[in-house]
Amino acid sequence: MPQYPNRQFLDFEQPIKDLYEQIDQTKKLAEKNPKIDYSSTVQQLENSIIEKRREITTHLTRWQRVQMSRHPDRPYTHKYIEKMSTNFLELFGDRNVRDDKAMIGGFASLNGQTVMFIGQQKGINTKMRQMRNFGMANPEGYRKALRLMKLAEKFGKPIVTLIDTPGAFPGLEAEERGQGEAIARNIYEMIRLRVPVICCIIGEGASGGALGIGVGDKVLMMENTWYTVISPESCSSILWRSWEKKEVAAEQLRLTATDMKEFGLIDEIVPEPIGGAHWDYNEAAAILKTHIINALDEIKIIPPDERIEQRIIKFGKMGFWDEAD
Amino acid sequence: MKKEEDNFESDLSGEESQGNIASEARRKWYRRFRKGITTSTAEKKETPEGLWSKCPECNYICTTSELRENLFVCPKCNYHHRIGSDEYYEILFDNNEYQELFGNIRSKDFLGFTDLKPYQKRLDEIHANTDLKDSMRVAAGKVNDYELVVACMDFEFIGGSLGSVMGEKFSRAADYCLAHKLPFFVISKSGGARMMESAFSLMQLAKTSGKLSQLSDAKIPYISLLTDPTFGGISASFGMLGDLNIAEPGALIGFAGPRVIKETIKKDLPAGFQRSEFLLDHGFLDFIIDRKFLKEKITQVIMLFQH
Ligand SMILES: [Zn+2]
Repeated sequence: MPQYPNRQFLDFEQPIKDLYEQIDQTKKLAEKNPKIDYSSTVQQLENSIIEKRREITTHLTRWQRVQMSRHPDRPYTHKYIEKMSTNFLELFGDRNVRDDKAMIGGFASLNGQTVMFIGQQKGINTKMRQMRNFGMANPEGYRKALRLMKLAEKFGKPIVTLIDTPGAFPGLEAEERGQGEAIARNIYEMIRLRVPVICCIIGEGASGGALGIGVGDKVLMMENTWYTVISPESCSSILWRSWEKKEVAAEQLRLTATDMKEFGLIDEIVPEPIGGAHWDYNEAAAILKTHIINALDEIKIIPPDERIEQRIIKFGKMGFWDEAD
Repeated sequence: MKKEEDNFESDLSGEESQGNIASEARRKWYRRFRKGITTSTAEKKETPEGLWSKCPECNYICTTSELRENLFVCPKCNYHHRIGSDEYYEILFDNNEYQELFGNIRSKDFLGFTDLKPYQKRLDEIHANTDLKDSMRVAAGKVNDYELVVACMDFEFIGGSLGSVMGEKFSRAADYCLAHKLPFFVISKSGGARMMESAFSLMQLAKTSGKLSQLSDAKIPYISLLTDPTFGGISASFGMLGDLNIAEPGALIGFAGPRVIKETIKKDLPAGFQRSEFLLDHGFLDFIIDRKFLKEKITQVIMLFQH
């Protein structure tokens, strides 16, 4: 986890940065004047930082929530797996084309129970971001995910997916290899999986790219994430015919965890550390872990056939319409 | 080859005339054609100019009735015009006899979504100006004496977009197939998800897949016909999940639209990219079928599954 001064701040997080700078200045003063005790001043400023973190995240607009989900210091899938579990055995490849670095997965011990973790992976620096293709999987990524899900199903291990993607990759080769078919197949197979499936949006949940590993018995969303059918930017460009309306599009799409919970499209909101997951990876992972374990405990006692039926019914209820007599 | 990029995405906004020439031409053609068949024969004789139709692909001019007899396929270049559920039902069902199912389900604006226009207003306007209730119609009838349930999209209705109503109609059609042990045939023609329904439209992908899972367990054949254009949410769900996936010739089919791909890879796309023939070559279609052989072929498919 980056520490100040290596932290990055979103525009609306600037007041926090200012407080850090004040602490720096106070510490410099303390060095110059060793006889004066500045510790209480520093302590006060540190408290103000926590207060500011809290204050900022209580009044976020939907677009700011989107920005939070893309915070450059935010933890990604691999970090959560590392912090929540032990014995992570990463597995590679779709057994067909190649290993997609934008989609990772493998067995791990979660609270003594073997589970299969699957999720999109974003890169932490320029080089890694390119290698991970910004978390945009190709068809082989979705097929790798399906291979791992089938492996888990064979051995009766629950599946936990961590979703963080700006979308499935819109590339030429992706189309040649059937991006649509790969996502469709995953959605279809996931709804039929005989083992418990927990899905959690940990960052961006963009459209089919997210749903391609997002069909489960319980769908969770972390507090500062978004999940809908299209990114606010693309929605703006198509419906408003301008790239400038992303804030309005985000408002209209109602894509936050609170919105999604209210609509009954997700099951639970997972709280984040004060100010967002990027302030404390350990705490963020600990909270998420508790939610995943509780959700698993709740659904693993249901017989597989019943669980599948409930899954189909749950998604089957989603939608709204008028019906004339 | 295409002279203009057909940016079907803009149809998803439900707005008219967006300077999208190719799509606009297709839309106008269809309007003229619809108007032509609803006009009485006497009026038609008096207004012969409305009866001529120009092919958007090769500019070949023929009469609307000639085109109709040719099942809306250009006699010269085999271009398959974009047609609606009415026309497909006429092509498929014996004596054009069928029973429309679940026609009473209509979209509503649950979210209070407003882009350039409120979604509800958009819906009201389309309901007032067309006889379409939504982007999918379901019908049951006989195809060469074989009973079949057909769900067909209408591109005219907000670009054939996938929203709650399509998801629900698809699901009920599947239930109908389960109850009556009938094969299910879906004709797709859609730009993708209905953005005005936000995440609800996305969840239709999972909802419809759940139904396909039940059809699968009951060994009910499900045939997916992809027509021009089929994109986004449809190709990422039931469009690509047929026991047989088939397509009309030259149809544009894909996950991401050509405009988005071009912007991403910053290169021109190869000729024929995302066309039916391209998908067949890459192994994603069972076969391509000319519209004039569609009824025959579907009959053969049902026959083979049943005997
Ligand atoms: Zn022609």
